[in-house]
Amino acid sequence: MAKNSLIGGSIWEEYSQKVQDLMNHPQNMGELTEEDAKNMGGKLIIADFGAESCGDAVRLYWIVDEATEVIKAAKFKSFGCGTAIASSDTMAELCIGKTVSEAVKITNIDVEKAMRDTPDVPAVPPQKMHCSVMAYDVIKAAAASYKGVDAASFEDDIIVCECARVSLGTIKEVIKINNLKTVEEITNYTKAGAFCKSCIKPGGHEAREYYLVDILRDTRAEMEHDHLLAISNSKIEGSNTVNFDDLTIVKKFQQIEAVIDENIRPMLVMDGGNLEILDIKEGGDGMSDVYIRYLGACSGCASSSTGTLFAIEAVLQEKLSKNIRILPV
Amino acid sequence: MRVYLDNNATTIVDPKVFAEMVPYFCQMYGNPNSLHEFGSESHPALRKAMDQLYAGINASDEDDIVITSCATESNNWVIKSIYHDYILNGDKDHIITSEVEHPAVGASCKFLESLGVKVTYLPVNTDGVISVEDLKNAITDTTALVSIMWANNETGMIFPIEEIGAICKERGVLFHTDAVQAVGKIPVDVKKVNVDFLSFSAHKFHGPKGIGGLYIRNGQPLSPFFHGGEHMGGRRSGTLNVPSIVGMGKAMELAVEALDFEKNNVRRLRDKLEDALLQIPEMMVVGTKEQRVPNTILISVKGIEGEAMLWDLNQNGIGASTGSACASEALESNPVMEAIGAEADLAHTALRLSLSRFTTEAEIDFAIDVIQKAVVRLRAISSTYAYAPEWHVSKL
Repeated sequence: MAKNSLIGGSIWEEYSQKVQDLMNHPQNMGELTEEDAKNMGGKLIIADFGAESCGDAVRLYWIVDEATEVIKAAKFKSFGCGTAIASSDTMAELCIGKTVSEAVKITNIDVEKAMRDTPDVPAVPPQKMHCSVMAYDVIKAAAASYKGVDAASFEDDIIVCECARVSLGTIKEVIKINNLKTVEEITNYTKAGAFCKSCIKPGGHEAREYYLVDILRDTRAEMEHDHLLAISNSKIEGSNTVNFDDLTIVKKFQQIEAVIDENIRPMLVMDGGNLEILDIKEGGDGMSDVYIRYLGACSGCASSSTGTLFAIEAVLQEKLSKNIRILPV
Repeated sequence: MRVYLDNNATTIVDPKVFAEMVPYFCQMYGNPNSLHEFGSESHPALRKAMDQLYAGINASDEDDIVITSCATESNNWVIKSIYHDYILNGDKDHIITSEVEHPAVGASCKFLESLGVKVTYLPVNTDGVISVEDLKNAITDTTALVSIMWANNETGMIFPIEEIGAICKERGVLFHTDAVQAVGKIPVDVKKVNVDFLSFSAHKFHGPKGIGGLYIRNGQPLSPFFHGGEHMGGRRSGTLNVPSIVGMGKAMELAVEALDFEKNNVRRLRDKLEDALLQIPEMMVVGTKEQRVPNTILISVKGIEGEAMLWDLNQNGIGASTGSACASEALESNPVMEAIGAEADLAHTALRLSLSRFTTEAEIDFAIDVIQKAVVRLRAISSTYAYAPEWHVSKL
C-alpha cells in the first residue's frame, strides 16, 4: 500500500492508445476459408485456445504456403475483454509474413511490446498481461496443427510464469546463483509473478501447476541439502568439495571433532586418556590454531607434547588441511 | 449523449438534496455538540433530518437510527459487535448469511470465521434467492445472528425478508438486513418486518456519499464500533457530519415520495429496456420482473465477455457495470452469477443495467440502440459465439 494504490483507478486508463484503437477497430479480425486458401495457394489452419468458461477464448486462422512455410494471411476471433481482442489482433499481425517456425518464437512479450505507444511504457497494466499469453498459446496450437505435432513439443522447458515467460529451470537457477530468499526477489530478478500474479501462490486468477512459493521452498531445501551433503562428504572422505580453510569456526570445530573421534580418541581411550578441544582461532598467518587439553592418563604423559602431539597434528593435517596447528594447553 | 445506467453503484445527488446541504458548509458550520449558537443553530435541521429518516422506514421513536459513514460501516458494526457481545462474551458460536451478500457482510463473516466463528452461507436458487426452508434448518440454539440482504445489488432480486424476520423472531435469533439496494426503490417498513438491525446508505438513493445509517430496534444492545465520544447517544462516536445528515434526510424524504414513481415509471423504462434487449437472440435475464427492485436488470449476453461490452458502451457514453471477469482487479467472474449456478460460460457475460428516477425515455431509447449495435459488433469478433456447436439450453 502506498499513495498511488489507495484510491485505485480504472485499469482502462492504463491502456496504451494503440490498445484502445485496436479494441475499437481490430485490423485482422475475421475468418479465412478454404476458398481463401485455394485462391492464395496455401493451406488453411484453424486453431482454438482457451474457453468461454475461463473468460478468454481465441481462434486463429492462417493460410500457409506449404513450399516455403510462410504465413501468407492471418485472422483472429476472440471472446474476451478489450485487451484480449487487441492482443489477438496484434498477434495475427505479427504472424503475417513469418514462417511457421519463426511465428512459434513470437512471445506474449513481443505482442505486448508491439502495442506500446512508447518503448518504456507498458501497453497494458500488469493484471492484463495474461491476455497476451493467449496469443502466444494459440500460435503454438496453430503451428502444431500445421506440423501435425503436439503443441507441447514447441516448449523446451516448463513455463511457470506465462505472463513473463519464465521457465522453471530459469527460476531455480536464479535462486541458486543469487541465493534468493523471497518471492519478491525472484520477481525482481526474473519478472516472474510481476503481472497477473497467478503463479505466486494458489488462489490467483488461474490455477497453475507450479507456484513460486513452492519452487522457492523446494529449491532452498535442495540448496541446504546440497550444502550439508558437501560438508558430510568432506567430513567422511576429506573431499575437497568445501575447503576446510574456508569454513566457519563452528564447521571447523565439527570437522576436527569428527576426525578426532574417528582416528585419535580410540587410541587415547585405550591408554586411559582423552582430549577435548577448547577453542579454534585463526592464527593470523593462515593457520588454524586448535587449542586442546589432555584428559586422564594423557595429562602429564611425556609424549603428549611430542610424539602424540605430532601424531594428532599429522592426522588432522592429512584429513582436513595442512594449515592446522595443535596447541596443547 | 451520456447515459448513466449504473445506479446500483451510486446515484446522482438530487439537486434538491444538494440545495438543502449547502448552508451547512460555510454558514452554519459549528459543531452541533458545542454549547454556543454556532453549534446549536444546526440542531433544527438535524432534528428534521432524523424525522425524515424515521418516517422513511417507519421507525418508532423508541428505535434508534444511528448515523454512520456508510452501509459498509453499518454492516461491519453489526457483525463484529454481535461477535463481541454474543460469541466472544456469550454462549453463541454461529452466524447465518447468504452466498450473495455484499462483501461488507461477506468479508466480515469470513473474518469472523478466521477467529473461529461458525458461519453458514445459505445457497441461492437459480433466481438468486435463498430458501426459507434452508434458513429454518440452519438455525441452531447457538446461532447469534442472521444477516440477509433485502435486495441483491447484482440481480435486484428481493429476498423474502418478511418471512425471514418472522422465522428469526420465532426462533429468538437476532436479524440484520443490508437494505442498501431496497431503500428508495421499494417500501421498507420496519413495523411490518421484524428486523433488529437494518443498514442503508444515502448515495444509493440520490443522497451524498460517505453517509449512511444503522437502524436498531427498540434499544437492542450492541457494543459501539467507534469509541471516543458521546455522539449519537454514545452508540457511534465522531463529530456529526451535518451537511451530509441533512442531505440524507432530504434524500430519504424524496425517495419515499418517489416510490410510486419508481414502481410505475422507472419500472416501465426498465421493462422497456429489458424487453428490447430480450429481442436480441441469446440474451438471458436473471429473475422475474416482479421479484426484482424496479430499476435493475442483470443480463447475460451470450458470446460477449462483460468488460468488452462495458468498453463498447463506454465508447458510446453509456456507463454500466459487470462484476465479472476482467472488469475488476480481482479478475473474477461475477460471484452472483456463480452462486445462482449459471453455467460457467455465462458467468463472464453478465451485464448489469440499473436505472433511477432521473433516467429518461430518450436515454433508454439511446441505450437500446447502442447495446444492440455493441452486441452485433462484439459477436462478430467473438470466437465462441459464431462457432458454438449448439446453443446452451439456459438453466436460468
